[in-house]
Amino acid sequence: MEVFNIFDKLLGENILSALVSVILPLIFLIIYALIAILGELKISAWIQERLGPMRTGPYGILQPLAEVVKLIQKEDIVPAGANKLLFNLAPYIIFAGSFAGFAVIPFTAAFVPAEINIGLFYVFAVGAFAVIGIVMGGWASNNKYSLLGAMRSASQMISYEIPGALVILSAAVLANSLDMQKITALQSGPFWNWFLFGGPGDWSKIWILPFTVLLSLIYMVSSLAETNRTPFDIPEGESELVAGYHTEYSGMKFAMFFFAEYSNMFIIASILAVVFLGGWNSPFGSFMSGFWWGIFWFIIKAMFIVFIQIWLRWTLPRVRVDQLMYLGWKVLLPFSLVCFIFISLYRIVY
Amino acid sequence: MITEIVFWFFAILTIGSACVVVFSRNMIYAVFSLLFTFFGVAGIYVLLNADFLAVTQIMIYIGGILVLLIFGIMITSNITGVDIKSGQTGKIQIFFAGIFSLIVIVGLIFIALTTKWYSAVPSAEVYSTIELIGKSLLTNYLLAFESASVLLLIAIIGAALIARRK
Repeated sequence: MEVFNIFDKLLGENILSALVSVILPLIFLIIYALIAILGELKISAWIQERLGPMRTGPYGILQPLAEVVKLIQKEDIVPAGANKLLFNLAPYIIFAGSFAGFAVIPFTAAFVPAEINIGLFYVFAVGAFAVIGIVMGGWASNNKYSLLGAMRSASQMISYEIPGALVILSAAVLANSLDMQKITALQSGPFWNWFLFGGPGDWSKIWILPFTVLLSLIYMVSSLAETNRTPFDIPEGESELVAGYHTEYSGMKFAMFFFAEYSNMFIIASILAVVFLGGWNSPFGSFMSGFWWGIFWFIIKAMFIVFIQIWLRWTLPRVRVDQLMYLGWKVLLPFSLVCFIFISLYRIVY
Repeated sequence: MITEIVFWFFAILTIGSACVVVFSRNMIYAVFSLLFTFFGVAGIYVLLNADFLAVTQIMIYIGGILVLLIFGIMITSNITGVDIKSGQTGKIQIFFAGIFSLIVIVGLIFIALTTKWYSAVPSAEVYSTIELIGKSLLTNYLLAFESASVLLLIAIIGAALIARRK
C-alpha cells in the first residue's frame, strides 16, 4: 500500500497528521466558499450586464467577507411552532454530510485526506446525509413551504442519484477501480488520456469516445439536479416556495445551508474533474506536473466546473416538476444505461 | 487506544440511539434517531475493516430505507407533530410477546457467550474487501446473488403494476 497522505510521512502516522488532514480541507472549503460566493455575485452581474457589488473593497472583492459578518451578526430565530431539537440539528447534519465527502478528494498526487479503496462509492453514499438533513430541516420548520421544498428536494435527489450512479459505475468499469487516486493516476500523460476522451489506450478507444463524452454530460446534468441548483432548483423556487427547506432559517444556520450547498458543488465538480478530466494530472503530460502543479491543475479544473454551474444558473430558466421527472427517468437513465452497456462490452472485447 | 475510544463512541451511539428508536413516543424522533443507529453500525463495520460493507450500509440504509421511512411517516401521520401512541393492546398479546422476547434475548446472549470469537483476517493483509466480495459473489454465491436480483426485479414490476392500476 502506497502512502498517499504526505502528512503521514512528515509527521508520522499519529493523531496530529490525522488532525491536519481534516483541518486543511475545512480551511480550503471556507476560502473556496468565499471565492465561489464572489463568483456567483460577479458572474450573475456580468451575465445581466450589471456591475455587481462594487463598494466593499476594490471591485467589491471583499463582499463575501461582509456577507459572512452580516450573517454572524443576525439574530438566530427559531419559529415558535418549530421542533427545536430537529430544527437546530438539521444544518449540522447537512454540513457534516457534505464535508464528509472531502475525505476522499485527491487534491494532489501526495495528499488525499483519507485513502480508502472505494472513494467514489463513499462520496456517493455520504450524499445521503444531505437528503436526511433537508427533510429534517423542512419538517422541523413547521412551515408548509419548507415541507413542500424538502419533499421535492428529497424526491429529486433520489431520482437523479440513479443516472449519476450509472455514470460512476461506467467509470469504475473503465478504470477497473473505485479509488479516486488510482483513477487519476491512470489518466496520466497528455489530455487525450483523460476519460472524457476515452481514457488511456490505443486507437481502439475511439469506439467509446462518444459514450464517455455523453456520460460526462449526463453526470453534469444529474449533479446539477442533486445540488438543487438552477435549472433544477424547484425545491427552492422563490416564486412558489419562498426559499424551500431553509425558509425559516436565519443567521449562522442559514449560512450552514449555504456552505453545504457550495461544498456540494465543489464535491461534484471534483468528481467530474477526477473521473473525466484527469484530476491533478497536467494536460501536457509531464510538462508542468508535480506536487504543487497537481494542486493547481486539480483546483483549476474543479473551479472551472463550478464556474459552469454558476453560468448555467444565471442563463437557464427553471424546469417544471414533470419536465424534471421526464428528464431524469426517460432521458438520462436510458442513455446512461446504454453507455454503461457499451462501455462494458468494450472492456470485455479489448 | 484511539481505536478503543472510537469503538466505544460508536457502540454507545448505536445503542443509545437504538433505545430512542424503541422507547420514543414521537414517531419522528424514532425515525431520525435511526439515522444515528445506522451510522454507528457503519462506524463499527469500518473498525472491523469491512470498508465496503460500511459504505453499503450508509448507501442502502440511510440513503434508501431511512428516506423511504421518513417519507412514509410524513405522509401518513399528522405532520404537525402529534404524538403517535400505539393502540390498545390486549393483556394476552403483551404476555406472549414478552415471553417471546425473553426467549430471543436469552438465546442471543447464550450464542454470544458460547461462540468462539476470532478476528478472521489480520488487517494489514487485506487492503480492499471489494474485490474479494465481488469475486465470491460471482463464483461461490452466484445462485444467491442472482435469486436476490430476480426478487428485486419482481418487486419493481409489482410496484409498477400497483402504481398503474388506477
